[in-house]
Amino acid sequence: MRYLPLTPDDRRAMLAKIGAPDIDALFRDVPREAVVPLSAFDLSETKGELEVERALSKLAARNVAAGAVPSFCGAGAYKHHVPSAVDHLIQRSEFLTSYTPYQPEIAQGTLQVLFEFQTQVALLTGMDVANASLYDGSTATAEAVLMAQRLTRRPKAILSGGLHPHYAETVETVANLSGVVTRTPVTPGIAEDIAALIDNETACVVVQSPDVFGLIRNLRPIAEAAHAKGALLIAVVTEAVSLGLLESPGAQGADIVACEGQSIGNGLNFGGPYVGLFAAREKFLRQMPGRLCGETADAAGKRGYVLTLSTREQHIRREKATSNICTNSGLCALAFTIHLSLLGEEGLARLARINHAKASALADRLSRIAGVELVTPVFFNEFTLKLPKRAAPVVDALAAKGVLGGVPASRLMPHEAKAENLLIVAATETNTDDDFAAFEAALKEVLA
Amino acid sequence: MSEVRFTDQHEWVRLEGDEATVGITRHAAEQLGDVVFVELPQAGRKVGAGGEAAVVESVKAASEVYAPVGGEVTASNSALEAEPAKVNEDPEGAGWFFKLKLSDKTEFAKLMDAAAYQEFVKGL
Amino acid sequence: MSMNTQGRPSQPGTAQDNELPTISGDRGLDLEARLIFEIGRSGVTGVDFPDVKVADTRLGGLRRKGAVGLPGLSEPEVIRHYVRLSRQNYAIDAGLYPLGSCTMKHNPRLNEKMARLPGFGDLHPLAPRAATQGALMLISELMTWLTTLTGMPAVAMSPKAGAHGELCGLLAIRAAVEARGEKRNRILVPESAHGTNPATAAFAGFTVDEVPAKPDGRVDAAALKAKLGPDVAAIMLTNPNTCGLFEGEIVEIAKAVHAAGAYFYCDGANFNAIAGRVRPGDLGIDAMHINLHKTFSTPHGGGGPGAGPVVLSERLAAYAPLPLLVADAAGFRLIEDRDELPEGAKPFGRMCAFHGQMGMFVRALSYMLSHGRDGVRQASEDAVLSANYILASLKDVMSAPFGDGPCMHEALFDDTFLEGSGVTTLDFAKAMIDEGYHPMTMYFPLVVHGAMLIEPTESESKESLDRFITVLRGLALEAKAGKRERFDGAPRYAPRRRLDETAAARKPVLRWKPDALPQAAE
Repeated sequence: MRYLPLTPDDRRAMLAKIGAPDIDALFRDVPREAVVPLSAFDLSETKGELEVERALSKLAARNVAAGAVPSFCGAGAYKHHVPSAVDHLIQRSEFLTSYTPYQPEIAQGTLQVLFEFQTQVALLTGMDVANASLYDGSTATAEAVLMAQRLTRRPKAILSGGLHPHYAETVETVANLSGVVTRTPVTPGIAEDIAALIDNETACVVVQSPDVFGLIRNLRPIAEAAHAKGALLIAVVTEAVSLGLLESPGAQGADIVACEGQSIGNGLNFGGPYVGLFAAREKFLRQMPGRLCGETADAAGKRGYVLTLSTREQHIRREKATSNICTNSGLCALAFTIHLSLLGEEGLARLARINHAKASALADRLSRIAGVELVTPVFFNEFTLKLPKRAAPVVDALAAKGVLGGVPASRLMPHEAKAENLLIVAATETNTDDDFAAFEAALKEVLA
Repeated sequence: MSEVRFTDQHEWVRLEGDEATVGITRHAAEQLGDVVFVELPQAGRKVGAGGEAAVVESVKAASEVYAPVGGEVTASNSALEAEPAKVNEDPEGAGWFFKLKLSDKTEFAKLMDAAAYQEFVKGL
Repeated sequence: MSMNTQGRPSQPGTAQDNELPTISGDRGLDLEARLIFEIGRSGVTGVDFPDVKVADTRLGGLRRKGAVGLPGLSEPEVIRHYVRLSRQNYAIDAGLYPLGSCTMKHNPRLNEKMARLPGFGDLHPLAPRAATQGALMLISELMTWLTTLTGMPAVAMSPKAGAHGELCGLLAIRAAVEARGEKRNRILVPESAHGTNPATAAFAGFTVDEVPAKPDGRVDAAALKAKLGPDVAAIMLTNPNTCGLFEGEIVEIAKAVHAAGAYFYCDGANFNAIAGRVRPGDLGIDAMHINLHKTFSTPHGGGGPGAGPVVLSERLAAYAPLPLLVADAAGFRLIEDRDELPEGAKPFGRMCAFHGQMGMFVRALSYMLSHGRDGVRQASEDAVLSANYILASLKDVMSAPFGDGPCMHEALFDDTFLEGSGVTTLDFAKAMIDEGYHPMTMYFPLVVHGAMLIEPTESESKESLDRFITVLRGLALEAKAGKRERFDGAPRYAPRRRLDETAAARKPVLRWKPDALPQAAE
């Protein structure tokens, strides 16, 4: 087996040194009846690289990659162009095959990246501090709600109906254990009056902008209403590129920001691994979940970086930790940081403007089709259309014509009658005019 | 006239009238290492004897500080928030954590005196 | 002769030992990197885009007013910066990385190539069913490998890491307890457990009750049984445990746990010692997460991303979270909604958006197919053999608290051998850095003093192990002889000397800030 360096001779010599007659002797603590022969596993035997590549390539070929056809799927995961330099750099052995930087003297590479990452996330979200990342946007949102419950010592979390339903379900799964989670009704294309629901038991309101339908939400009045009642505003962003064009959640008064960072540096990967951005006001620092990297100096006075404030974390605080998380999304955070470094201020701003311009042009084009209506008056790179028939079969029919025509809202909220005909469509810098024309033509045919 | 007593959780408490000043012992401070953060109780909070009253953290450890005696918190040493190193420099003086208005003096009498605490530490 | 004036010395001369500070601050191949915020500037970018103007009409009055504050860098600058940073990291690809409990094994590059096939890497999670059949087939095949290797009937694929898998398992247990109409709030956790175990139990709303270890490093089964009662929901046990030992009484423990109406959660962090040889399902386990980044070689990436699928017993299978993968005449399908559940399914909720760490699934399956069942078993055996070889080769000069018998995939030492030397576990670990090794896991598990936990994995040749043993013996003998030069203030030859963690924690600086700007207002 090509990954195993020991030879049969090596193994014999090592057993002799140990003083064991055979390998079974080393497993002597395992109850006899628990050891099974190889034949107990109905699985294949060792394969060469060529065979494995062939088998997996065959599976990959049965999927339709976003880059292979005109593709307009978003709803929490976005197809963007990732510069070649990003993937090259994250495959450097020193980044790819290192562990958590527990020995800072020989992990300054990872640590400095995290420091840069935290700074970028804080800048982008308009917040004071950011952690070294969480698993993804949805789990970051759940952690934000738990953090708000701890900070306010209040039970109630109010989730906007515009929050991505997968995010809402992720929050409910954990935050109902420590409090009560309620969701406001779904109002496609309209901002619900969430401020009116905030009371003295409310720990936080959770509002996504742009929301799951693509609608841009004004967070300012919600932040004011929340603060007036001693509650916190958690802002959720699923499309990080939007922060290049839109006012940051921090500038609008958010207390905690949970954001999916996939759009910058990371591929679609059928849903993971992604990278959760998590930022907050400085005064909430001690209740933040996850790793933090801090600046310090070494014994010779050189600037360096370490993991810090670890007493919040599970390996020290055990059952009193702020979270059970024990990793971050290291390599995805690295990809994010490199891509954002390449973009810089001007690159990000241009990218964001292109995304908005593309989506705007596509929305105009598609909403001119008879019976199709644009539901979201304000949006970034994603908008929702109301079709004259159910959206799910339309998407399947479009796929049959070689167009991945967005996400039917009913896939995310099957119980919402008013979502049945809604189609969530994203456009990014990767879409061309030809893609638009193909989409328009296919949609016309399917709706005819 | 003041008297100092000690707990088996390594807190010290000094009684003056019915006001008790609480901190962690020199032994505890040495074991903990460089203190980097303390979280102190707010004045007015009521704590029972043995109840969690404060938190003290070094880089690799976090410990609860328990109230050696029950009572109402009257003051906390906010200087520690800016300079947690005081806990290491002068644990049984300037590194005090909080003051309590004692509710039951018999609780104080049950604690170890300095000699008993020294013996207790030796036995660990 | 024809005169040549280009002659230069071609012998090295004598090396001078004394350190001479350089003008640049760099030292030969040791290259420093400032922060991107210090080298970047405005007016430059590493990505070329046209300057498209957009109207405000569809932005709802929320167009960004100020700059983000990001620095501009060209592509060569970005590449140089991150290449320089990368060189300040130790890595498995560069050397033995014996971090106990972390399983730093070889990360095959085939896995990386497979995960980047556009059909996987560029596949949208909400693409229509017909466009994702290959991905769903891959997940199904991985599920078959995981359930077969563990002897468990079901597996939940969405947890994103080991700790997330623990949470998934405990939430399934909570749901099962509630479905029986019972109230069980206590979880028993051995004191040797990973910190994630008690943290997860608390996260899932349980109270934690610690079970002591016996002097032989195993959990005290009698004490554990004594703690069982009608309020105990589950035990969380790592097996092989964090001392690198197999819990021999595990079957008996499982029976007692089940008799008390509780569930058995196994922390599968150390499954790599027994994969292909022992099936956790045969031991009476009800739930176990599998760290794909440990046992199945997906790269650690400087701290993630991982993946933590959870295998479930018959008693817990019904409570697996959404989404569920099912097959019908039209192929595979994800069930994402409660109204479409198959018979008997009672999912407790959802762990995350979408369906889990697909990128890691591809890598793990690539590893499994490459090894095959025979290779998986051989890998486990080699991991155990290598750890025992290290234990046998070092226990006369270091102190192995449980060294009387064989260990599993990791060898545990304590600091008894350093007593009186003035050298601590930390000093010893830092001296290893100067010798070109990543230190072992230190001060964990908590049940032994000054712990040093060495996990060589199956990826080292005998020559590599012998060299490592020689170095550790040398260090141990010097420490015991009171020769502290190598230890005091080590490491000397790393990119940094020891870092001031106290200062970092007392006055946290968690982001770069331009000097001119005041601190962000609270």
